[in-house]
Amino acid sequence: MVFYYTTTEMLLKAPRETEKVRLGGMVKSQSLKKYDDQRIEFIVSDFVEEIKVFYRGSLPDLFREGQGVVAEGYYLSSGDFKANTILAKHDETYRPPTINDNGFKGSNSINGGGAQ
Amino acid sequence: MKFNMVTAKGFQRWIGWGLPYLAALTVLMTAIGLYLVFFQTPSDYQQKETVRIMFVHVPSAWLALGIYAGMGVLNLMGFVWRSPLLFLSARAIAPIGFVFTLICIATGMLWGKPMWGAWWVWDARLTSVAILGFLYAVYMLLTHTYGSNEASLKVGAIISLIGCINLPIIKFSVNWWNTLHQGASVIRMDGPSIHPSMLIPLLIMAAAFSMWALTLSCLRIQGFLWEQRLQSKRLRQIINSMREVPSYV
Repeated sequence: MVFYYTTTEMLLKAPRETEKVRLGGMVKSQSLKKYDDQRIEFIVSDFVEEIKVFYRGSLPDLFREGQGVVAEGYYLSSGDFKANTILAKHDETYRPPTINDNGFKGSNSINGGGAQ
Repeated sequence: MKFNMVTAKGFQRWIGWGLPYLAALTVLMTAIGLYLVFFQTPSDYQQKETVRIMFVHVPSAWLALGIYAGMGVLNLMGFVWRSPLLFLSARAIAPIGFVFTLICIATGMLWGKPMWGAWWVWDARLTSVAILGFLYAVYMLLTHTYGSNEASLKVGAIISLIGCINLPIIKFSVNWWNTLHQGASVIRMDGPSIHPSMLIPLLIMAAAFSMWALTLSCLRIQGFLWEQRLQSKRLRQIINSMREVPSYV
């Protein structure tokens, strides 16, 4: 009953290349590289471990660095992740835009940190 | 004025008196809520205008859960006080909760496709809410098929009480499992993570939805009580007409 693995869990579980899995975490800042043909590379992090993700295709509106992401695809033997689908995950913070856009109350964490 | 609500007659008198006020309050709160949502709340720093779906999606979710909990309470009290009226009330409010569940899921899908990139995923939150819808449907099928027959109401009551285990599962699903659905924004350890300019309208919409649920519940319960009175009247007529037929010994 696992929807996605965090990077740490993925490294522990080390699924075979043929097993379709999902990887969830934060898109590491300054790690996003865009190439021709809608190809991108980025690093997913859970602030403990990191995994590099390769993807080709369209991206959801909310996808960006510093944002949560869930990638569906295959964990390669090289330790990288080849994604077929990218889903953006946003945190539980809702607020109006500010000039600085500094964080308001809200953990910006992947797993609903601080929920009762 | 003292109304004995636990008896059918008492409840009907209370409803006769209170229903216009309930309806008026419902309309008022809905109008205030919608005005605030469309004209007074800011757009979200990330989601822009799409965030306004939240003001329907979240109250619907709360009501879907709340009505199922309410059914559980009514059914439990029905066993404790041995009151058929309470079982009947649970039967009456079930479709209201079911519709709120559908609204929650539909608005969630409309929100998820642009925001997440998916109409639906089988993560723990969405799956457990789908199960809630299923539990409502099973309860409604059972109690509808056999009418307000006391046995079917009691069996339905037991199913609804067992199904209540799903309620904390739904609430904590975003904590216990890795989910695409985000974590709690209102009831959480650090306090709400929604800005007050959005939180207040959200709570007002929740109150408005609750008024809808309350008004419709009272209407439906009243309807069932009328139906029962009509049925017993018909039954009495049949018995009386049977008595008129002379029996030849």
